Amino acid sequence: MAPPAPRTGDAVFANVERVNAELFTLTYGAIVRQLLTDLEEVEEVNKQLDQMGYNIGIRLIDEFLTKSNISRCVDFKETAEVIAKAGFKMFLGVTASVTNWDADGTSCSLVLEDNPLVDFVELPDTCQGLYYCNILSGVIRGALEMTRAWCCMDKFHSAFWCCFKACISPEPNFWCTHQGMCLVRLATHPR
Amino acid sequence: MQFFGGSEISPAPSAPTGSGNNAHMMYIFNRNGVCLLYREWNRPLRTLNAQQDHKLMFGLLFSLKSFTAKMDPTSVEKGNLGVPQLPGQGCSFHSFRTNTYKLSFMESPSGIKIILVTHPKTGDLQEPLKYVYNLYVEYVVKNPLYVPGTPIRCDLFNTALDQYARSLA
Repeated sequence: MAPPAPRTGDAVFANVERVNAELFTLTYGAIVRQLLTDLEEVEEVNKQLDQMGYNIGIRLIDEFLTKSNISRCVDFKETAEVIAKAGFKMFLGVTASVTNWDADGTSCSLVLEDNPLVDFVELPDTCQGLYYCNILSGVIRGALEMTRAWCCMDKFHSAFWCCFKACISPEPNFWCTHQGMCLVRLATHPR
Repeated sequence: MQFFGGSEISPAPSAPTGSGNNAHMMYIFNRNGVCLLYREWNRPLRTLNAQQDHKLMFGLLFSLKSFTAKMDPTSVEKGNLGVPQLPGQGCSFHSFRTNTYKLSFMESPSGIKIILVTHPKTGDLQEPLKYVYNLYVEYVVKNPLYVPGTPIRCDLFNTALDQYARSLA
């Protein structure tokens, strides 16, 4: 049996294809800019960014699983660690830290000290309430939904299929301060 | 058709020649039981129509997973038989072999199940199945025009898969 894969993304990050960081940052900035022009409402933009992130996340999870060779996480704490260390490292090149656990161990904060998405960015006063990095929150939501939610095939005759709703819902506490630190609040619903 | 008595039923299929006729069929399912892909390279007998065949296969895997988890002598906590488990949780079965074919199975934590039916003398196929999962990610998941959860219609993927299947010994 193969040895358990290390739970950091460094080895994988060294092997994946990389793209120019400035290109990435400026492209993302252009997307947000265009969304603001098209939708005008900050809330709408937040929702769109989350939806875009969700569509990315449901695909990203498979790539993450093949490249990182990580087996199933045992509990939510491990999940948060894997996202912060391996996941972010593999796709953004930076690691996040997991802090601020609540009493039950069902919610935590992922803090990004150094977020490539927000290089050169300063939010003007007209964009109060804009979650600039909301795409990240959508990505995490999409990826986790693919590994935790269980849906039933209702046409199947078997009697013991049951249906759970998605059990991860990141609360929309994702914002970007002027220093560039970003925070995602992750919370699980008890099943 | 079943023959009781343990006598020799039919001649075993010819041993794998190494010329690439080993892989018989491949199925790929997602979490919800939708058959994303069914490829057939060598299947002389078809007893059910495609829909029923897929449902049967998915049901078989579900039952087998449930059963193997329940019978696991090493795990302390076992759910009741029939309770659906999250993909990747508990022990997972790898393959079963009959006198005419071997069925190998792999499931990712995201619920993608890959099944490969081959000649019974084939060795362990976990690595090839991981490679197929890799192909799936590269050609299907990364394709922006593919809608997740729908059957795969991607020529590049089919070609790559055919080529890889031919090379399986």
